[in-house]
Amino acid sequence: MDVNAIKTRQPIIELKHLSKSFGDQILYDDVNLEVLPGETLVVMGGSGSGKSTLLRVLMGHLPYDGGSVRIHGREFADYSRRELNAWRLMVGVLFQTGALFNSMSLRDNLALPVREHTDLPEELIQIMIKIYLQLVGLRESIDRMPSELSGGMKKRAGLARALMMQPRMLFYDEPTAGLDPVSSAQISRLILDLKDKMDVTSIVITHDMNTAFRVADRMALLAEKRFYLVGTPDEFKRSDDPLVRQFVDGLLDGPLSPQADQQAYEADLLQKKVLFNR
Amino acid sequence: MRQTIELIGEFGLLLRDSLAAIGPSLFRGRGRRLGWRNLWHQMNRIGVDSLPIVILVMASIGAILAMQMAPELARFGLIPATADVVALATFREMGPLISAVVLTGFGGSAIAAEIGTMVVGEEIEALEAHAIDPIRFLVVPRLLACIVMMICLTVVGDLAAIAGGMLVGGLFLQLNPVQFYQHAVQILTVGDFITGLIKAAVFGLEISTIACFLGLKVRGGAQGVGINTSRTVVMTIVALILTDLFFTTIFFFLGF
Repeated sequence: MDVNAIKTRQPIIELKHLSKSFGDQILYDDVNLEVLPGETLVVMGGSGSGKSTLLRVLMGHLPYDGGSVRIHGREFADYSRRELNAWRLMVGVLFQTGALFNSMSLRDNLALPVREHTDLPEELIQIMIKIYLQLVGLRESIDRMPSELSGGMKKRAGLARALMMQPRMLFYDEPTAGLDPVSSAQISRLILDLKDKMDVTSIVITHDMNTAFRVADRMALLAEKRFYLVGTPDEFKRSDDPLVRQFVDGLLDGPLSPQADQQAYEADLLQKKVLFNR
Repeated sequence: MRQTIELIGEFGLLLRDSLAAIGPSLFRGRGRRLGWRNLWHQMNRIGVDSLPIVILVMASIGAILAMQMAPELARFGLIPATADVVALATFREMGPLISAVVLTGFGGSAIAAEIGTMVVGEEIEALEAHAIDPIRFLVVPRLLACIVMMICLTVVGDLAAIAGGMLVGGLFLQLNPVQFYQHAVQILTVGDFITGLIKAAVFGLEISTIACFLGLKVRGGAQGVGINTSRTVVMTIVALILTDLFFTTIFFFLGF
């Protein structure tokens, strides 16, 4: 998709000066981001940089501390219960582990949201289940329980369930983490297909660079408590910022490496030794 | 101290939200309705499965009461009054309490472990992400199932205890079952029966709410599930006894 064409449209989600901390640990300081209709935005960042937390905030599972989150032009914190539910129905979420309901078969997992929110006849629901399971390649496993599925199958099943309510947006939380290269490629393929066929807007959270460059229209790198760089995949490839280069190329040395405080380390070790001798 | 107060406050909020959700979930339309199938399943799981245990335990309690009381009463030549004692103690006290303890072990721990595991597996968030309210979907059916099944189990338990008492009477006390029955019926009032059932309903509410609350509060993986499951059993039993004391005091002063 032509990025310039997207940029002229009204953003669906707008984050301005967002801050969030857990206790005295500051996670975001000043997060700014726009999500535009129709795009696939890849959010990257190291472990613990708060990528998943961002999705939790956008789903209304977690409150934010400061700044503003505007969704469809309205402040998210002011959403009523009803508006929040309407937003949640508009968004399909693929959780990190699939988050299937373990007490239900795949069939019932997929049927649940539709049975809960619509009065569609059961025959139609059954047809929809088969269509979406076929789409993710799991139609044969329709009556299996989640515990009988592999990690990759659970993720694909989670995706099928997220699609049952015809979402306008999809949030993917680490869709390829822990998968083999072929399964990863399948998931990337699905993400691209869904964008083409259903015209959904997607946020993909990942630290897998292959997937990121395969699916992204735009990319955003979460580092130093904010979005360090937001741009097209090309901009990321061309950037000569040391932090961006280190993350994209997976280099050992750079700004992201933990700077060992030699003195504190020694003091720590010596103190242990003193205690030991006593 | 502050934590304890916060915990009690959160518990109160859950209790309020769940009670408020019962009415709408029974009568509202889609997206808010109660899963009847789900309720049926919960009632089966919680109540029907603990039925044999309740019968066994309550019959034993009836027998124990009869054997404990008979020698004392015999000194005054009041052997038939054994039936009175067994009937009163059971209907007013032992029936609801012992059934509740059995249900805590059976249903309460299972509910806490199940919901705790769902928390760990991100299932609660997944429910919310589908705009399905976990309180309506998970808590309300379990709460209703526990209340209804507590009442049913108490009735069955009461009868089982009488049967246990009758057996002891017939075997060891030369008190034939018809006499036993007549004495029991004579001494019991509707009030005894009703107060027992009111207690049972409140116990059912307590068991389910504490179990759901501690289940939803699980943090930190499998270990957290284990900790909160055992905590559920302990806290529920303490709460049951305290509520029982409270009720008994009230009924005592009201003269029931």
